[in-house]
This record gives sequence, structure tokens and C-alpha cells, in this order.
Amino acid sequence: MKELLLILVPLGAAAGAALWPHNRSRPWFLPAAGLAHALLAFGLLAGGAEAPFHPWLGYDALARAVLPAVSLLFLACAAYGVPYLRLRAERPNRVFVAGLLAALGLMSAAHMARHLGLLWIAAEAVTLCSVPLLHFNNTPRAYEATWKYLLVGGTGIALSLLGSFCLGYASLHGGGAGDLTFAALMAQGAGLSRPWVLIAWVLLLAGYGTKMGLAPMHTWKPDAYGEAPGIVGAMLAGGVTTVAFIALLRVRAVVSAAGAGPVADRTLLAIGLFSVLVAALFLLSTRDFKRMLAYSSVEHMGILSLGAALGGAGLWAAFFHVWNNSMTKGALFLSAGNIRRAAGGRTLDEVSGMAAVTPRSAALFMAGLLAVTACPPFGPFFSELLILKSAFTTGQPGAAGVLLACLLLAFCGLTRVVFAILNGRPRRGARQADSRFRETLAVIVPPAVLLLLALGLGLATPQFLRESWTAAVSQLVSTP
Amino acid sequence: MTDGLNLLVGLAMGLNLVALGSSRLPSLIQVAAVQGVVLGVMPLVMEPDFRWMAVLIAVATMAMKGLVIPALLRRAMRTANIDRDLNPLIGFVPSLLVGAAGMIAAVLLARQLPLLPEHQESLLAPGALASVFTGLLLLVGRSKAISQVCGYLILENGIYLFGLLLIHSTPLLVEGGILLDLTVAVFVIGIIVDRIQRAFDSLDTRKLTVLRE
Repeated sequence: MKELLLILVPLGAAAGAALWPHNRSRPWFLPAAGLAHALLAFGLLAGGAEAPFHPWLGYDALARAVLPAVSLLFLACAAYGVPYLRLRAERPNRVFVAGLLAALGLMSAAHMARHLGLLWIAAEAVTLCSVPLLHFNNTPRAYEATWKYLLVGGTGIALSLLGSFCLGYASLHGGGAGDLTFAALMAQGAGLSRPWVLIAWVLLLAGYGTKMGLAPMHTWKPDAYGEAPGIVGAMLAGGVTTVAFIALLRVRAVVSAAGAGPVADRTLLAIGLFSVLVAALFLLSTRDFKRMLAYSSVEHMGILSLGAALGGAGLWAAFFHVWNNSMTKGALFLSAGNIRRAAGGRTLDEVSGMAAVTPRSAALFMAGLLAVTACPPFGPFFSELLILKSAFTTGQPGAAGVLLACLLLAFCGLTRVVFAILNGRPRRGARQADSRFRETLAVIVPPAVLLLLALGLGLATPQFLRESWTAAVSQLVSTP
Repeated sequence: MTDGLNLLVGLAMGLNLVALGSSRLPSLIQVAAVQGVVLGVMPLVMEPDFRWMAVLIAVATMAMKGLVIPALLRRAMRTANIDRDLNPLIGFVPSLLVGAAGMIAAVLLARQLPLLPEHQESLLAPGALASVFTGLLLLVGRSKAISQVCGYLILENGIYLFGLLLIHSTPLLVEGGILLDLTVAVFVIGIIVDRIQRAFDSLDTRKLTVLRE
């Protein structure tokens, strides 16, 4: 029963924040709920595995393996959110705070959903909650980004609903009862009607792949990440994408139980490599450092998809990479938010010399760049190394070669942008903006902590996390 | 039972064509609303015995798709002071022809799909495919935000039609949750449409081109 609190605490806090009368003190709901959620997530993880309390919903091995990462990321973003919203005191934050908290509760629900319909409802609700977060800045550009997010994301999510129905029909056609819990679908296994399973897989991959931001369904991502506030970008890149990835993993387990696993793996491999390639090419040409982060996110989603396609050790590495991705993306988005605020611009034409204007954020951004491009000893280096290794051991040296080449291109693209904005002489506009923005501890500590966590994951991956990933892998690949 | 249902699905498919052919926004909204009501009636026709939950869902579907969402769209249309989609990306006659061809293709494709014996005679699967296709066509072919929202509604209606194939096995709670989500989705879209109108002084989504590489 305690696992229900993971959903109810943030939703309750969202309701509280919506009713709270004071704009100035309302942001404190964020760290309070974030701390409670993180304590619960880690407490339940340490408490050992229990049977899911309901066939439809439960803190099962898969949720244990990744939800704590999302929870930590939220806590850091929430801590950053308090000073951020103080800086933006002119904007009413009722909808923003409530939306962010509701998104956390619904993300927990989506991670824990063991029923295809429930998973869809939660994932769709997360999408809708993030809409008011995206246009918090209230500019025409923000509305344009929101419109694209809604239209592309809405169509994607509609396709995943159609795919869910197709999977239900596969069960019905195979003589089953049309029970949409993942356990029942996996138990029916080869009894599922194969054509319908394949149709469902294509639709669900397109639908949840849109949400994850796999190329070529990634088009909403640069716009949304570019226009959204830093904390929202961090939550989208590190939390919402994780929801979609877990959804795909659960569906993939059903598809593989139905005997179409090789097909699913081939598509995941192809779409993963394509995403990494597209991201690498766009990284070489983008001139906006917030959009750059979006393409980096596309790249890492591709790596996740690749890891999932390799099964076994690759899947384990993918869980590892989910953690690394959440931590590094959080650090990057938050420090980029500081730089953006001080610089008053986002493109290479407007921003330079930020190492002199905001030295601490610049250092964090630089370290985050090293982490995200998989430099040792940060965590992403080890998870990507494991994925490469499992690509070689499973006989996919071609995939490993493409991945390595793309990682190199992405490294060039990312360093190009980051060095250009950090080095050189500060622009005059930046110096003026600097007088309003101070690099207080409150805006430096959250990204620094996330970065340290990414470092810690690489240097000494905690044993309990390793065990949780192993348990999640065995939940996914075990066929009854 | 199948005859009555097929009549309704046929009606919904006819409405798809009307939607593709209408240039005036009020009639497009009206078509989407009528189609929503037609869809809302279907579960009642399909359920042989009376279940209060099914009736509740049917009534909620009709109220949302037939009244609330259209009212929201009409309001957005009035504030934007537009009434026609003058320059669609795909013209009305071509989109009508493509839509009709798509409907024939949907019927042929649905024959190829492995369906259960009790669904062989039903028009639900072809109707679903045709509506999804029509919705996508409106989404990409029209230039005004409101027409695109109507396209999205028709796309959802197609998915709803497919979902009816599963009505005896999916718990109605799930159906209810899905309906709620979709309603909120359109509600949120409606609000954003309103804001876009204020920010850009236009609902022509082709003007949303600031963000690009």
C-alpha cells in the first residue's frame, strides 16, 4: 500500500499548491514534496521487493530500477525551482507549481503501471500536465513550441492508444480474455495473434517513441526544450522520456513473449542508431545552446533504445544509462538556465565569454559537457562502454561502429557550442544582465549535486542499484 | 445488433467525407460534434443488457464530444473572428477525393486484417481506419489551428471506434479514464489556440515558423 504514496503525495501537494494563496511561499511545496517522494522511493527500494499490491499498479522491479533516479532529479529541480521562481516573481506560479507536482505524481503512476490502459492514461496525463509548464514564459515563441508539442505529442500519444487497443485485440484474437495487464499478456505469450502484435508494436513504438523523442519523431523536442524554463527542460529530458522508455520496455517484453522479440529488437536497434545519427548531425549545426541540449537528449534516447535492443547485458547498461542521463541532463539544463539568464540570449551570435560573467555555472556547464559526452570517470562513460561491449558480444560490431562514430561527431558538435559560449569576451548585454542575476548557492548547489551524483555513479556504482537493475532485467527477459 | 451498429458506423464514415469537403469552420466543428454523438450512442447499441456504467460513459461521451468541446472551439473561432479555412495546404476537392480513396482502401485493408468471426461483418475496423486516415489528412492538410483540432478529434474518434471492438473485455473504468484524458487534451488545446490567437493575431499555423534550425 505504501507505494501508492509515491503517487498520492505529489498529487496531494499539487492540490495544496493550487489552493495556497501566496505566490511567494508557494514554490516551497516543490522541495517538500520532492523530498518526501525521494525518501519514499529510496525507502521502498531499500525495503526489499514485495509483491505488487494490485495487478494494475505496483512498485515492481522495473519501477524500482528507474523511479528513484527521476525522484532525485525532481528533488534537485525542486530545490532550484525555489530561487528560480523568486527571480520570476512577476509571473503567477500557481499553475506552474501545481503542474510540476502533478507531473511528478503521474510520472510515478506511469512508472508503476502494470496495465496497458492505465499506463496510457498516466503517460497522456503527464503530457497534458507539462503543457502549462512549457509556456510559463508566456512569449509567442513559447506558444509556438507548445503548439508543436501538443500537435506532435498528441498525435503520437493517439497512435500509442491505437497500439494498446491492437495489443488487446491480439489477446482477444488469440483466444484470450483481452486482459490488458502486462502479466496476463506475457502469460498468454505465443497465444497472442502475431499479426496484431506486430501492428501493435509498430504503433506503440511510434507513439511512445514520439514521447521519448526518438528520431524521426523528435521534431517537437528542440522547440520545447529551447523555450521551456530550465527545470522543465530537465524534467522533460530526464523524467518524461524515462516514462516513455519504461513503457516501451514493458511492451517489448510482451512482444518478445509472443515470439516476435527479434523483430522488436531489430526495430529498436535501427531507430536507436538513426536517432544517434540524426542527433549527431544536428549537433554539428545548431547555434542555440538550449536546443543543443535537446539534440543531446535525442542522442541519449537513441543510446537507450540501442541498449534495450541488445537485451541482457545491454538492457542492464540501459538502466544504468537512464540514471546517468537523468543526472547529467539535470545538471546541464539547470546550469544552462543560469547562463541563459545572465547572458540574456541563447545563440552563439548573442552569447560569449560566459566563463567570465558566470564562472561557477560555466564550470558546471563545462563539467556537464564532459559528463554527457561520456568522458571518464563520469557515469555515462561506463554505461556507454557497457552498451558498446554488449554490441560486440552479441555480434553487432556494425552498430557499435556507427555508435562510436556518432558519439565522436556529437562530441565535436557539443564542444563547439559550449566553448563558443564560455570563451571569448563577454557581450555588453550580458554584463548588464549580470547585475540582476547573482550566482547564489541556491542556483549552484542543485546542478552541482546532480553532477557529483553522475560522477559517483561512475566511480562507485552502489550495489543496491546494481541489484535493482539486475532484478529489472530478469523481470523483462523471463518468459513464463 | 450488427445492422444498427453498422448503420451508425456508416454514418460516421459519411461524416468524415463531409468534414473533408467543408471549408467553413462552423460546419467542420458541427460535423465533428455530430460524429461524437453518433459514437457516443454506439456502446448502448452494442451492449445487450443495461449497465449503469456503460450508460454513464455513453452520456459523458455525448456531452463532451457533442457539446463541451464544440462550444469551446466555437468560442475560440469567434474570438479569432475567422470562419473559413481559406488557404488549405491540400485543397478541398483533392482532400475529398483522397479521403474517398482512403475510405475504399480502409475497407479493403480491413478485409485483410485477421478479425474474429463476430467482427467480420462489422464495419468497426474499416470505420476506425477511415476515421484515423481522415483525421491525419485534416491535421496535415489544413492551415488553421481550429481545423487541425477538428482533425485531431476525428482521429480520436477513429481510435474510439477501434476500441469498441474490445468493449466486452476492457474494463469501463479504463474507457472512462481514456475519455477523461482526451477531453482534457482537447480542452488544453483549445486554451493554447486562444493564446496563439492573442500572441500571433492569427490562427494560421503556417505563421508559426520562428523556431527552426
